[in-house]
Order: sequence, then C-alpha cells, then structure tokens
Amino acid sequence: MNFSEYAWLIVFSPFIGFLINGLVGRKFSEKTIGLIGSLASTLSFVISVLIFFQYSALSQKAPIQIDLFKWIVAGGINVSIGYQIDSLSLVMVLVVTGVGSLIHFYSIGYMHGEKGFARYFAYLNLFMFSMLNLVLGNNILLMFLGWEGVGLCSYLLIGYYYETDYAPTAGKKAFIVNRIGDFGFLIGIFLIIQNFGTLNFTELSTVVAKGTSVGNDTIFWITLMLFVGATGKSAQIPLYVWLPDAMAGPTPVSALIHAATMVTSGVYMIARLSFLYVLAPETMAIVAFVGGATALFAATIGTQQNDIKKVLAYSTVSQLGFMFMAVGVGAFTAGIFHLVTHAFFKALLFLGSGSIIYALHHEQDMRNMGGLRKKLPVTFFTFLMGTLAIAGTPFFSGFFSKDEILWKVFNYSSLLFWMGALAAMLTSFYMFRLVFMTFFGEMRYHEHGGHHVHESPAVMTVPLIILAVLSVFGGFMGIPHVLDVFHVGNYFEHFLSSSVKDSLPIVFGTKEEWGTMSLSVIIAIIGFTIAYVIYLKKKYVPGDDSTIKGYKKVIYNKYYVDEMYERTVISGTIRISKTVYEYFDKLVIDGIVNGVGKSIRRIGEGIRGTQTGLVRDYMLTMIIGVSIMLVYVLVNKFMMIRL
Amino acid sequence: MFGDLPILSIITFLPVAGIVILLFIDSKKNSLINTVATATGFVTFILSVPLFFAYQENTGGYQFVEKYKWLESFGISFHVGMDGISLLLVLLTTMLSLIAIISSYTAITSRYKEYMITLLLLQVGMTGVFLAMDLFLFYIFWEIILIPMYLLIGVWGGKERVYASIKFFLYTLTGSTMMLIAIIYMAYMVKAQTGTISFDFIDIFKLKIDPSIQVILFLAFALGFAIKVPLFPFHTWLPDAHTEAPTAGSVILAGVLLKMGTYGFLRFNIPLFPDATVQLAPYMMWLSIIGIIYGALMAMIQPDVKKLVAYSSVSHLGFVMLGIFALNEEGLTGGILQMINHGISTGMLFLLVGMIYERTHTRMIEDYGGIAKAVPVFATFMMIASLSSIGLPGMNGFIGEILIMTGAFLSRPVYGILAASGVILAAVYMLWMYQRVMFGPMKHAKNSNLKDLNFREVAILIPLVALIMWIGVYPQALTVKYQKSVKDLMQLKSSRISSTADSIKN
Amino acid sequence: MELTINHYLVLSAILFSIGTAGVLIRRTGIVILMSIELMLNAVNITLVAFSRYQQQVTGEILVFFVMAVAAAEAAVGLAILVVVYHHKKSVDVDEINSLRR
Repeated sequence: MNFSEYAWLIVFSPFIGFLINGLVGRKFSEKTIGLIGSLASTLSFVISVLIFFQYSALSQKAPIQIDLFKWIVAGGINVSIGYQIDSLSLVMVLVVTGVGSLIHFYSIGYMHGEKGFARYFAYLNLFMFSMLNLVLGNNILLMFLGWEGVGLCSYLLIGYYYETDYAPTAGKKAFIVNRIGDFGFLIGIFLIIQNFGTLNFTELSTVVAKGTSVGNDTIFWITLMLFVGATGKSAQIPLYVWLPDAMAGPTPVSALIHAATMVTSGVYMIARLSFLYVLAPETMAIVAFVGGATALFAATIGTQQNDIKKVLAYSTVSQLGFMFMAVGVGAFTAGIFHLVTHAFFKALLFLGSGSIIYALHHEQDMRNMGGLRKKLPVTFFTFLMGTLAIAGTPFFSGFFSKDEILWKVFNYSSLLFWMGALAAMLTSFYMFRLVFMTFFGEMRYHEHGGHHVHESPAVMTVPLIILAVLSVFGGFMGIPHVLDVFHVGNYFEHFLSSSVKDSLPIVFGTKEEWGTMSLSVIIAIIGFTIAYVIYLKKKYVPGDDSTIKGYKKVIYNKYYVDEMYERTVISGTIRISKTVYEYFDKLVIDGIVNGVGKSIRRIGEGIRGTQTGLVRDYMLTMIIGVSIMLVYVLVNKFMMIRL
Repeated sequence: MFGDLPILSIITFLPVAGIVILLFIDSKKNSLINTVATATGFVTFILSVPLFFAYQENTGGYQFVEKYKWLESFGISFHVGMDGISLLLVLLTTMLSLIAIISSYTAITSRYKEYMITLLLLQVGMTGVFLAMDLFLFYIFWEIILIPMYLLIGVWGGKERVYASIKFFLYTLTGSTMMLIAIIYMAYMVKAQTGTISFDFIDIFKLKIDPSIQVILFLAFALGFAIKVPLFPFHTWLPDAHTEAPTAGSVILAGVLLKMGTYGFLRFNIPLFPDATVQLAPYMMWLSIIGIIYGALMAMIQPDVKKLVAYSSVSHLGFVMLGIFALNEEGLTGGILQMINHGISTGMLFLLVGMIYERTHTRMIEDYGGIAKAVPVFATFMMIASLSSIGLPGMNGFIGEILIMTGAFLSRPVYGILAASGVILAAVYMLWMYQRVMFGPMKHAKNSNLKDLNFREVAILIPLVALIMWIGVYPQALTVKYQKSVKDLMQLKSSRISSTADSIKN
Repeated sequence: MELTINHYLVLSAILFSIGTAGVLIRRTGIVILMSIELMLNAVNITLVAFSRYQQQVTGEILVFFVMAVAAAEAAVGLAILVVVYHHKKSVDVDEINSLRR
C-alpha cells in the first residue's frame, strides 16, 4: 500500500475537524469537541508517520507530487492545489502534526470550562490545515495560502479572549504586521512569475539547476523580498513586535503557533527555496546578520521581562534568530535541525508555563510566583528538562542543534559567531532566571477563595512528559561529526540531503569544532551561574514596574520600539488620512463638485425673476415673440416686393 | 438548451411583469407584495442559472443572440446577446436583486409597494446594460437605472438622502451625457464609412477611427464610466450615496451598478479605441492606484461603518480598473473576477451593516463595541465578509487580487508594488473596524440585548458565503467561462491597433 | 355678397384675439379655459375654411383631432380646477402658485 496517495488526508483531516467543530461543535460536550479536534490532528500525524517510514526506505528520494486540481490559470500563472512530499516537507509535517497533536490533547485540559471551547478547537484545527498547506504545498502560491491562513488563525486565536481589550488588539497587530511582511512576499511571488514563469518548487529548481539567464540582481530582489515576508511571519527585526503581544492568546496557542510551528515557517521557506537563496550571497548575508542581530537583541529584552510568557516569547524570537543565522550562512540543515529541537523544547516550555498559569488561575507575573517546585512536581521536572535543552546543556537536544549552528556560523564570520555566543549566554541566563523565580525560593502566590495550587491533570502532564523526552533525546538524530564515536552518522543531515544541501564551505578543522563546542558549554554555565547568584542566592525579585530604573527600564520597555512605531508609522498614517479627507476629499473634490452645482444655482436664481409662475405672463411673452416674428416676416416680404 | 426561446429578453423583462402585477395590488397587503416581488426575482434568477451551463465557453463570443427591428431608420435595433463576461455579471445581477428584495422585508416601512417596483425596475435596467448589443439600447438601459436608483436613495434613504440622491444623479448624468454625444458621433461615423447609420456593436466594432479622435472619444466614454466605477477623483458621490441609500440600494449599488462602469471600459473603451487605450492606459492605471491607496486611507478614518465600506469599494474598484488596464491576460482575468468578487463580498458587507442597523439604528462605530458576545452568528458572517474583502487566500478576493497585481506587475513592476501596499491597508481598516465593532468589553449596555440574525437573514447570507469559498478554492469554474472572451477582447484590441495603423499609413 | 375665404379668416382672427385677450386678462380659471376653447375653435374655423378652399379633407380631419384634444383638455382642466377649488375655495390662477417656491 502506497501511503503517499493519502497525503491529501494529512491536510484535510484537520479541515474536516474544523468544519465539524466550527459548524455544530457548540452542541457537543467538551469531551467530544476535544476528541474530534485532537483525533483529526492525530490522524494526520499517523498518516505522516506511515509515509515517513515508506519514504525513508526509498533509495531514490525523489519528491512525490500529488496534484489535486488546477487552482488558478491565467496567462503566465498556472498553479494547482497540489502537494509535494520530500524529506524537508516530511520533517516539517512530522513536527507540525506531532507537536500539534500533543498540544491539542493538552488543550482539552487547559481550556476546560472556557467559553467557546468548540470555537477554540475549530480554530486550532483550521490552523493545522493552513500550516500543513504551507509545508506541503508544491508551489509558492499554495504556500502563501497557508502562510496567510496561519496568520488568520493566529489572529483569531490571539484574540480568543475577545471580550478583553488587549487580546483583540494584539491579534490585529499580529495580522497587520504579518501583512506588511506578506507585502514583500507578494512582490517576491510577482518577480518569480515574471522571471521564471512558474511557481512550482520542483519546476523552479529544475529551471535554476539548468542554469538560468535571470540576472543576479533579480534573484537578489526575489530572495530579499521573500525574506521580508519571513521577517514578518518569523518575528525578526524589524517586524518582530507582534510576537510578544501575541502572548495574549491562550497558552497552548502560544506553544503551537508562536513557538513550535507557524513562526518557523520563514525558516522553512528559505530552506525550501535554498536553491534560489544560494544564488544570492548578499541576501544570505542579510538573512544571517538580521538573524544574529535578532537573536542578540531579543535575548537582551528577555532578561528583563517579568511576565513568564513574555520571557518565553522573546526567547522564541531569539531562537528564531539562531535559525535564520544558520540558513543565512548556508547551513540549511542546521537551521531545520534547530527548528525541530526548538519545536520540542519551546513547546514544552510554553506548555509548562501554561501548566503553571493554569494552576495559579491565570497569574502570569513571575514576581507573584516562586517555590512552585513542590506543588507542581511534574511541571517542574519537565520544565527543567526544557530549560536544560534550550540552555545548551551537553547531550540535550538544544545542545546539538545550537552547537551545530554556532560551529557553522564560526566558519562564516567570527563576528556573527560572537553575537550568537553572547545570545546563547543570555539565553541560559534568562531561562534559569525564569526557573529560579518560578520554582525556587518562597511562594509569593497567595492562595485565595479555597483554590489550592495543585498539579495539572494527566491530559496536560502526559504531553509535557512526551515533549520532555523528546527535548532530552531529540538531539541524537543529528550528532555532530566530532562526537560521532560510534559512527552512526548524522541521520538528520543525511535524510534531509535529498531535498536541502548545505552550501557553506567548512574551512576549519576538528580542533576548532571542539573549541566552539566547549565555548558554548562554558557560556551556558556562565549564564546559569549569574542567574544562580542573583536569583537563587540573593533571592532577588524585581520590584514593581515603577521601581524599574535606568537601562533596565529601557530594556523592560523593549527599547521603546513599539512606541516608536506607534508615534511614527501608525499615527502618521492616520493623521495624513484625516488631513487628506478633510482638505482634499471634502474641500477640493467635493468643493469643485458642489461649486459647479452652486454656481449653476446662483445663475438660476439670477434669472428666476422672469419666472413669475403665472401662465398669463408666459403667454404674453409668447405672443410678443410671435408678433415680432410676424412683423419680421411681413417686413421681409415687403422688402422683397420692393426689390 | 433553450431552442428558440428568447431567453435573454425574458430574463430582462420578466421583472416588468412583476411590476405590472404589483401595480394592481393593494399597497397595504405587504405579504402579498412580498410574495409577488420575491417570486419575480426568484423566477428570474432560476431562469438565468441555466445560462451558466448552457453558455459554450469553448465557442466564446456572443451567444443566445436576439435581434428585433426597432427604429430601423436610425439604425437602432433591439439586439441583445451574452458573452462570458456579461454572463457572470447577469447572474450576479439576478442573484443580488433577489437578495436585495428578500433583505427588504422588514427594513422598509413606508411606501412598500413602490419600493418593490423600484427595485424590479432597477433590475431591468441592469440586466439590459449587460446584455445590450446596440449602443443606443445600451444607453437607454444605462439611463433607465438612474431613475429608480435616484428614487431609492431619495425616498427611502437616510437623513441626508436628498443631498445624496441629487449628487448621485447629477454626477452620473454629467458623465453619461458626454457618452451620449460620443455614441451619436460614432453612429454617424458608421454612416460616413459604410453609408448606413447604425448603433449596432457589430458595425461599430468595424469602425476605423483616427487615433487622435480615438483619444477624444475614449475620454468621453471614460468620463461616463469612470464616474460610475468610481475612479479617483470622481468618487465623492459614492460615500454619500452608499451611506444614505437603504440597505438593498447599497447592495445593488456596490454589487452591480459600479460594475457597469468597469464593464463599459471592457466592452467599449478597450476594443473600440485601442490606440487611445494603449496611450492612456498608464494614466488610468495611476488613477486606479491612487484610488486603491486613497480609498483605503479614507476608509481607515471613517467613523461610520457604511461609509467605511463605501470607501473600501473605491479601493477595490481601483483594483478592478488596474487589472483591466494592465491589458494582459492575468490582469483582465483578475479584473473581471474581482468585479464578481466585489459584488459578493461588499454586497454581503452592506447586507450585514444593514441588518445590524435595523436593530440599532446607528451606523457609527463608536455606538458598537463588544457586540460579538451578543450576536455571535452575525460576528461570524461579518468576519467572513471582512476576510473575503481583504483578500485572504482561500477566499474569492485573493484570487482576483493576486491576478490583478500580477498583471499590473508584469505591465510595470511599480504598479504591482503599489497595488500590493493596498493589501496591507485593507487589512488595517477592515480589522480595525471589526475590532472596534465586535471585540472588547460591551461598550453600550443596550447592545447586550441585541437579537442575533434570524433564519431569513442567515438564509440570504449562506449562498454568498458559499460563493466566497467556492470561488476562492475553485476559481476556474468562473474563469473558464470568460477566458475565451478575454482572449477575443485582446485579439480584437490588437487587431484593431494594427488596422488603424495601416489605414493611417495608406 | 359672397362669402370668400377672407371673411372666414377675419372672423377666425377676431375670435382668436378675443380668446387671447381673455386668457391674458381674466384671472378665473374657468374663464381662461373657455378662452382657450375659443382660440382652438378659431383655429378650427381657419382649418375648415382652408380645407374647403383647397378642396381637400386634410384640414377637416385635423379639426377632428383638435376637437378631441380640446375636449380632453377641458375635461382634465376642469377636473384640476375642481380639485383646486376644494383646496383653496377659489379658482383664481394668481393664487395657484405653490410650485413657485
């Protein structure tokens, strides 16, 4: 049986779940809704696993195409709704459906008792559908459908608590900032249509492989514009501002959309189009340095946040920076590898924070936590595993992937390497800061109203445990060469090689690889130590917002970037629009139109006096006129006779 | 399929039968009036649907043609036919007219019979415009529409209805007068070139026109059409007319009437004056782009939901015009599709605004806020309509916009880039409005008792949602119907360019 | 004395002038209508006279039209005046000016 024939079911199974829950879900019990949503997602996962085993057994790993029907055909555009299975999309599908299914199950517990339970699961399934279109689509336009679709679901889910003020605002901000990125993406699409005449990935790579006559400048612009799209979706400088706000959504949503899957789609897109990106080294450099800068910048903000989810949000932005750094230097495999391990440990961390928030009845401020280690043992243990993984503790998953990136980056530029290394140190610092502030020290949370802090139900802790296992051992799929004592090889790189190959030349030897590896371990320890001293030894707890002063205040307020955007772009546009409306639309255009009308009226009023409204007067005028004409005719007659 | 049945005349004039019946009904019997009007609209719609399947897309060209003698000595005949483009527009007309009728059951409280008669008369004119194959006939239908629309706004409109209706009337009349002069001029041109006067498309399309005269004629036609579209800077009648018109009037106005302008450009300006078209296309595209961005910026700051949607129409119609004047297959295909899309999406938006207006009697955004909680079904439909309007992939708007922007980009990259920026702005004004109306805490306590949509309202929205999704997923169903017509149009255009060039050389 | 065409024309001219003067001078709607009737009939006389003179029936046929129109006009005009009288209790045309403003 050839499972790949059922690949469309991967995509449409969540869609069916969406339709059921969206249309009639309100009539079902929570259990039914949750099961429909989760099973729809799990079905996709099962099929992907089956396809994965079949596909990895193939010796020739050519992409499998499943064209469903023609979508848009006009002139130079000819795209179908069609899916492509190759090693890259399989990796992504496995991550999306696997982590996604876990989060679906987790949500059954987390969202218990919320209004709009069915709505939540419908959106979640719709998200899965869009995300799977994004990663499985065999052409850029279908990818774009998924790309905007996940943006929509992100909007809907961030604004899930629509009766509040902040949640819908955050959702709207996310959508609009993403749209700004999509503007670039669209232009990239146009340029590809114009220059290559096809949007299909396979055809495109064939054209490029054959040697294309398209100029380097054009390819630079294509790749750069697509990257602009990626900065929006994957929250890179300068379009990262929406992601921290996006934490207004329910925590499982943050885990699924804003950590594990959607935000990584920019990285996936660059890997998918790597054959184009390698032709544009300038873009690659931009990607790498934007990634590096974001990694460092976001990490600094992360060190001063007090909202547990905000810390994780900036951490996500920072880790995404790492991924872009990797793909930017040409280490596509390392980027995707980090994407996978990050999906494990960041989903774990978010779900863990969700478990805390759930236990503390929606308290998110770490200043009001502390000492939760005893109360939430499972959450604490799994969270610790996630922290160790992200901090880069040797042999945890994050260690392998981050180390791989730093090593590859070192081969490209030492400046970038140091930026990455510093960011890694800050990562270790803020993560342990988070752990110490929430799980250690005294309990600062006041239990009230008979609610006691207790561990979450199994439907939530089991996904945590599974993700913890993956976070710990997930790294062994991609063992670096120097550590490969049993010569099992880098399975991950090998598997991906059929669709993505690194373009980065390795210039340094084993000695330097050991060097960077040890350095990253040392860095992690430094970060841990600082956090240990400040937050565990000295038991420092940041004061109220008003007491934060100096550079800390600047960082705490995210360098005032949001305020700057608000003052310039947003209010600027509105002010210009208002001025134009008042002075151009109303005064000039309407002025001309009404002016013409008015002047005609004034002329009319002027000659109105002759119109008495009395028929008699009109008749008199008529008779006078007729008489004049008669006289004229008669006079003419007489003149004729005389002559 | 239809044999010798004069199907096009039947579709055009069936509403007249409805009008005649209505005239004999006591104006107090509202339910009987409803039945007659709805039945008329429904039968017309049902009769028009088979056309979609009967139209041979591979043959293309005008089909179901009917020609009757009328004013023979002036070269005027009753000549109607349907090509792929008018096919879709006629279907849109019959569908939206039916929806407009049903949507008015409770919205209109005074002069109910006259109202229904006006709506049906409007339908006659609109259908006729899209079907006419004789310039004189076209002009008559074109002008017929003015009167019922004027009455619709002026009698059943809002507070500023008189101002709005007169503005609408004068604006459009000014444009069409220019067009009339050009039409008569061309009829005499036929006489000069062939010996007999004729207003028939077939004869007029054979005209050889000097490029310099083409420009003048192009502008004369363009003024009439541009006002109707409305193309920037002729748009200021639209927000007033839309805001003051009753719901059904806005639906028809946005859904069909504006399309008459773009249809006119497609049907006449491009094939008749190809040299002028090529020469003036950049200006038209710039105006369209200004319209796209300008409309979006204006929409963003409107405090009135209906005005916001009206300005968004200016922006969307800018897209349509941009696609048409990109003069390539992508642009034209997208432009025509977007005409239909805009009819569906904006029509739906106006319906929704009307439905909530009926409950609250206010259109101001600040009078809402947080009503999603009270009216979840309404909020869902509004969300779908808004998303369709901002061109979310998977819905109809995306297909049209992506084709248009590609076409514009291929014509000249800067057009495509600027147009794409309109996509961002669309998201801004639409979602901002949505948020201020639907989300957040309930701002006004009285809104918490709002009644959600009833069965009738849902029933007229469901088909629109289905169309939105269907076109978004499988636009081919519609585009194949007019692909041949687009190719014919471009063929006609380019062949006439060369022929006029030849004639000048000789 | 033989009646020539001129006699008819003069009679017609006199009747027409009387009618015209009546329309111009009188204010009562009913009298104005009567005066108009007079003018129409003056024209009728001319038409019949010319018809006879030229030995053709065209003029006489036209007279039938005029008579029909005159009858219709009188009917409609009087109906309007009746309505106006109901409203204003007067048929003075000077007072029927509500369309002026």
